[in-house]
Amino acid sequence: MFEYHFNFTFVWRHFNRLTWGLVLSLELALLSILIGMAIGLVLALAYTDFGKPVRALIAAYVEFIRNVPLLLLIYLVFYGIPSIGGFAYDATTSFVMTLSLYAGAHLVEVFRAGFDAVPKGIVDAGKAIGLTPWQRLVHVRLPTVFRITLPSLSNAYISLFKDTSLAAVIAVPELMHNAQWINSNSFRVLEVYAVLTPMYVVTGWIILMALRLIERRLVIHVPR
Amino acid sequence: MIAATYAYIVTNFPFLWQGLVVTLQVSALVVAFSLAGGLALGVAIVYGPRILYWPIRAYSDVIRSIPLLVLIFFVYYGLPALQVQISAFWAAVLALSLFKTGHVIETVRGAIGSIPPGQNEAGKAIGLGFGQRLVYVIFPQALRRFLPPWLNAVTDTVKGSALVSLLGVVDLMQSIQQVIGRTYEPLPMYLYGAAIYFVINYTLSSLSRALEARFAYIRE
Amino acid sequence: MAASPLVRARGVVKRFGKNTVLDGVDLDVAKGEVVVIIGASGSGKTTLLRCINLLETYDEGSITVDGTEIGFRDGAGGGRRRRSERELAPIRADIGMVFQHFNLFPHLTAAQNVMLGLTKVRGMAKAEARKLAEQWLSRVGLAEKFESLPSQLSGGQQQRVGIARAVAMGPKVLLLDEITSALDPELVGEVLSVVQQLAREGMTMIVVTHEMTFARDVGSRVVFMDGGRIAAQGSPNDVLVNPTQERLKSFLARIEFRQH
Repeated sequence: MFEYHFNFTFVWRHFNRLTWGLVLSLELALLSILIGMAIGLVLALAYTDFGKPVRALIAAYVEFIRNVPLLLLIYLVFYGIPSIGGFAYDATTSFVMTLSLYAGAHLVEVFRAGFDAVPKGIVDAGKAIGLTPWQRLVHVRLPTVFRITLPSLSNAYISLFKDTSLAAVIAVPELMHNAQWINSNSFRVLEVYAVLTPMYVVTGWIILMALRLIERRLVIHVPR
Repeated sequence: MIAATYAYIVTNFPFLWQGLVVTLQVSALVVAFSLAGGLALGVAIVYGPRILYWPIRAYSDVIRSIPLLVLIFFVYYGLPALQVQISAFWAAVLALSLFKTGHVIETVRGAIGSIPPGQNEAGKAIGLGFGQRLVYVIFPQALRRFLPPWLNAVTDTVKGSALVSLLGVVDLMQSIQQVIGRTYEPLPMYLYGAAIYFVINYTLSSLSRALEARFAYIRE
Repeated sequence: MAASPLVRARGVVKRFGKNTVLDGVDLDVAKGEVVVIIGASGSGKTTLLRCINLLETYDEGSITVDGTEIGFRDGAGGGRRRRSERELAPIRADIGMVFQHFNLFPHLTAAQNVMLGLTKVRGMAKAEARKLAEQWLSRVGLAEKFESLPSQLSGGQQQRVGIARAVAMGPKVLLLDEITSALDPELVGEVLSVVQQLAREGMTMIVVTHEMTFARDVGSRVVFMDGGRIAAQGSPNDVLVNPTQERLKSFLARIEFRQH
């Protein structure tokens, strides 16, 4: 029954493409999580500090992004928005914008929970030594929130790394796209996926383990 | 403007409807398969013999770390190479089910794992068998920890099902693409499609939140 | 002592890895007897109790209840096999157990907690089970609490439901595992008086406890465990009031006698 003859020659000959694709995937995920964290932090703070209209807007953004397929969002930003005319951007820029907005919507929730988990006592301690609200944010709340949310941020990064594979649909030359290039030039589809899949899995694990090591040094468990 | 929007929505709906039905079919099949598989494997990983633990652990960890798109293509192009003929529709359902099963395993494990071992012992002490303990003692308590994350996973399934369009299955996503192919009006059509997905998923995620809030009142 | 004891343990050995928790325990409990097991934590007393209904397996030796070997059955062609969970369920139904942390089913009301074993294990009709559950709950003083969920009950009330759940099954022997040590001091009395009542009615019980006054008042025999073995046993008076053994003396000296 199993009469397929594996032939990896073509895959190894073009392995460079996969390597560079992998690097681009990691970069896309990194850029997106950084922008997403900025969006998430700002909106999480705005959510607590501003009134109902602002909250409603933030909630609308979060809910819209979270309840629509990422694939559709990618098309919407790349094909939909420029169609109203007057401007254009390349596929990579478009994808980073989409993935950043996507990450931002998820991270708003993460950071909101993080700010909620900062013990009131240490904020009070900040007040007691005379820190201004801004100083309390920078020196007390943010460092604590960062450490509390670190495990969620690690998971978000791995998840975004996997999502970069969708960039292939608008021809961003990341890992998945380059794998498809090898496919259409060799028709050795099974071999390509047999190499591609472990590349995603192993890379994801290595990053995760590295991040877990960092977490172990930094994470604080907040007493209740 | 409003009249024009309304006309737009109404004239295009019949075509999208066909796609929506396919999206719902794919999602329902995947939800059913992954629930059955994930429940069995999730129970096995907690209560099963030692030799089952590592294979299930490995399956769950590996499958969840493969990008869904890669998995779908792998199954669709990989099986024919192994002499297994499969349609795009069923390849997509199979790939999504394999993927979602990994998530259901973890949800089940988390929900069952949250129940103190004393519950199982008390069940044993009054002579309940394994199946009886699951049905009368463990599952009723695990349900409230299972349902909210599982409903969220159902939303993920509906969203993930959009990837089947890349295999040429005419689901909601693919119908949207086809309408755009005829009309060359991407923005309104994508927004329209987004709205349909939104309504389905927002309903599900609101239900999840409502359940979570309800269960939060039950004391430990 | 009666010719055939109800519970009979011979040479029971239990190891957790390299740690030998039970090191050859022999114990006979006659019908109607109340055997109180005392000893420091880590002496193996709770493990012994949990071996009697096989919540813990034992590695060597034999435990029989009413003539039935608990941990093993005779294998085909000689030797012995560990019993499967399926075989154990009906055996356990005849051995009641009350737990330190109650282990009530939190999703079921007090009455439903008692009824579950009656309907699902004994196959009793719902109405009949309901009647029996109400009888037992009333006897432990919870006539007002049939419909209460465990979370709505005090610790002492929860433990009384635990007792009702165990005795309603009509067990041959009742195992009590430090049933008052998770309770606030003022709630201990209401639980112990229920146990005292059961003892008077002739229920065979094996009790692990730190309540020495209770051991003296209710126990027909007191067993002192030390290092996984039975180090001393005898009447409450012999063991608790006039101990001869050094280890027992120092153990008792550390335990504060509580006055009721």
